[in-house]
Amino acid sequence: MKSRRLFAITCLVPAVLVVTAFFVIPAVMLLFIGAGKGPDGEAGLWRYLAVLTTERYRSAMVSTVILSLLVTAVTLVIGGISGVFLARNRFAGRGILVACLTFPLAFPGVVVGFMVIMLAGRLGLIASISVALGGDRLVFAYSMAGLFLGYLYFSIPRVLLTVMGVAEKLDGRLIEAARSLGAGPWAVQRDIVLPALAPAFVAAGSICFATSMGAFGTAFTLATRIDVLPMVIYQEFTESANIAMAAALSVMLGLVAWLILALARLNGGSSVAAAG
Amino acid sequence: MTAGVSIELKGIAKTYAGGVQALKPTDLAVARGETLVFLGPSGCGKTTCLRLIAGLEMPDPNGSLSFDGEDVTRTEIEDRNVGMVFQSYALFPNMSVAENIGYGLKVRKIAPAERDRRVREMLALCGIEALSERAIDQLSGGQRQRVALARAVAIRPRVLLLDEPLTALDAALRERLRGELDQLLRSLGITSIYVTHDQAEAMALGDRIVVMRQGAIAQIGAPRDIYFRPASRFVAEFVGAANVLSGEVRDGSLHLEGGKLALAGTGVGHDRSLMVMLRPESIRLIAPDQAVWRGRISAVSFLGDRQRVTVTGAAAQPVTVEPGNDLELAIGDLVGLDPAPGSLVVIPKETDSA
Amino acid sequence: MRRRLPFMLALSLTLLTAMFLVVPALMSMLAGVTSVYARGISSGLTTEWIIEVWRLYADTIWRSILIALLTLLATLLIGVPVAYAFVVNPSRFTRILDEIMTLPLAVPGLAVALAMLQLYGGFTDFRRSSLFIVAGHVVFTLPFMVRAVAATLSAVDIRTLEEGAASLGARPLRRFLDIVVPAAMPGILAGSLMVVTLSIGEFNLTWMLHTPLTKTLPVGLADSYASMRLEIASAYTLVFFIMIMPLLIAMQIAARANAGKEALP
Repeated sequence: MKSRRLFAITCLVPAVLVVTAFFVIPAVMLLFIGAGKGPDGEAGLWRYLAVLTTERYRSAMVSTVILSLLVTAVTLVIGGISGVFLARNRFAGRGILVACLTFPLAFPGVVVGFMVIMLAGRLGLIASISVALGGDRLVFAYSMAGLFLGYLYFSIPRVLLTVMGVAEKLDGRLIEAARSLGAGPWAVQRDIVLPALAPAFVAAGSICFATSMGAFGTAFTLATRIDVLPMVIYQEFTESANIAMAAALSVMLGLVAWLILALARLNGGSSVAAAG
Repeated sequence: MTAGVSIELKGIAKTYAGGVQALKPTDLAVARGETLVFLGPSGCGKTTCLRLIAGLEMPDPNGSLSFDGEDVTRTEIEDRNVGMVFQSYALFPNMSVAENIGYGLKVRKIAPAERDRRVREMLALCGIEALSERAIDQLSGGQRQRVALARAVAIRPRVLLLDEPLTALDAALRERLRGELDQLLRSLGITSIYVTHDQAEAMALGDRIVVMRQGAIAQIGAPRDIYFRPASRFVAEFVGAANVLSGEVRDGSLHLEGGKLALAGTGVGHDRSLMVMLRPESIRLIAPDQAVWRGRISAVSFLGDRQRVTVTGAAAQPVTVEPGNDLELAIGDLVGLDPAPGSLVVIPKETDSA
Repeated sequence: MRRRLPFMLALSLTLLTAMFLVVPALMSMLAGVTSVYARGISSGLTTEWIIEVWRLYADTIWRSILIALLTLLATLLIGVPVAYAFVVNPSRFTRILDEIMTLPLAVPGLAVALAMLQLYGGFTDFRRSSLFIVAGHVVFTLPFMVRAVAATLSAVDIRTLEEGAASLGARPLRRFLDIVVPAAMPGILAGSLMVVTLSIGEFNLTWMLHTPLTKTLPVGLADSYASMRLEIASAYTLVFFIMIMPLLIAMQIAARANAGKEALP
């Protein structure tokens, strides 16, 4: 149907225009700014390597990657166990439990940061408990540990939903077949459930990692002095007015996040419900 | 009602983007009011051919397609005025039964009163008046099939195209609807093209059958022609069950492992070797001492209305025979095989051995 | 029973996790209606903080709603046709476009915002208007709309439905309006809820793109977290929860309705 092909091509036009105007051209410009003249008057591609060569950026990159890896690993363990558990069991109160576990899905990073303050800030729950127990006032919201807690808060609902979605579609007959062949509950998990969930894990894990790499709001709420890469970029931009460096670092950060997602997709973890 | 148009395909071919030739250059003429059935295994090009006639696909350059002499090769489907029934029915889930049937009339800007009248006429014709206001997801498979047909016929199309319209239904329903469909097509008298992979459906519905294979026409003919005088081993074996036997010709007889078959009346005698076909139901089982062709029973399946018997030793391959259900047969029995007069069909040597 | 132990372990972990997520939210809601949080509930419950939030930040709330609705309108007008084209006429070009369109999800919002600022910083009127933020939100939310709609359209076999309409004489635009859009409705609904929710909560991009006159709700939240007393910050967060909760519930219901439909034969 030629009429359909022409019409379908026309349907692409608005999207092409908008994406080009507000993403492609700005992004390409960012590439050039990263290699252009900075406040020091120097230009060059060296800035893209500064993430590796300059101590401050390198340590920020390293701590961002380590933090994101840790968050991803812990989230996958918690989300994996709880997701499979909720998908495979029915009990009173399950619906409320699922609602409790998924409602933070739409919280922006700033709100998540505030949740960490409520939990581990100066007037937070952990501080009150530690004082009540006769110890020192325990406050760690404004550190890497607080950020870790915040990213967990942010990631668990997403991973849990993805795992639950896949686990619910898992063919119960496979498990019955494995049982009929003599597999115990642990063997069933290891040989049937985990392999079936592997693609969901890859997909959810990669999105968890990519969002943790780029997350900005949580760190912004907790303190501007946590040296994760997004904060460093923000400081370069606002405090040092070093737009060229901010651009170069942004590009590298985006590249790492995109690479992780692309790799995950190649390994079978296709697109997942919610990112961002 | 309308009698539709005659259709003529001249050198119509279809090559897909990947270079796959789904249909080799094909010539075909369909008479006004005829029901033509495309029959073949999946991937034989029958659906491509239907979609080309519908206008859903554009043929390769140089071919031409005409309706009643009017060239429609480059006409889009929406301007061809063809009625189409899809395998999945493609009923619009956001519209009721009546709205589905009336959609083509609404597009044609036919006044609501007239539209209503014609929708009611279609509902009555297909026996689904009671379903008029139903939503599509409240219909059974058979009801959906009727709605799809009513919707296609409502626009008074020049050609009615049906793409495996009964395949999605279970066997019993399929047989019943096949009968209804046959009556309906005959009463409308509209030119119809019907695609199926089911040879019983093709036999029951077609004025003529086009057997297709690997993107080309293998044989065109009336159901009886196709069944009793297959043009190739492929047609013989695809349309119904067939025993295809090869042997040496000597003294006007075909010599096989278990005896010989008289070739009188088949019009051949000079070839040294020959391939023939015998339908299982046209072979009678007789006492071995009265027969010139014998074999031993190696398997018997009782099918209810008849039996299926496999006889080995009669020819190079086992021979299948379908005698009545009253014969007592046992594995290991020696039996004589007696082909009905005139049932022996010589199959032409194939130029392409695929 | 051998299943008991794993069951109890998993249940405990799940309950702990749920508490980790719920307790701080409840604490903050409580803080928002407590007179003096440091002294606890005994200091009395009050609505004074919420009234104060409304006085200080009502404009950010209205602006966020407006931006979310404009973003929704844009993603509908742009996203539904693209999703349709992706499904019925896939090609190398649509695959590349899809990849580019999803890139803003992978690339941190900060980088996207920085890039937009560099290009449009000079267009003062545009830069200063809420439309600048809308543009950012559209880039960021468009892939969600496209994915939701495309998934629905692939599930209903829209190609054949459309061929059906074409055989009845309907031209492309008519087919799009009569057949494609109604068939895509569940996806459009799910995508719309997603877009509005994301837009209302978006911070990473918005923080960079906003001006003092175009503050949104999350920007105001960040502002209150940094400079207001805990009770006001909490009351503001409470207002945000109240705004976003109906959207989340609607999303759940829509998801369940879709799942129910898929389960039918």
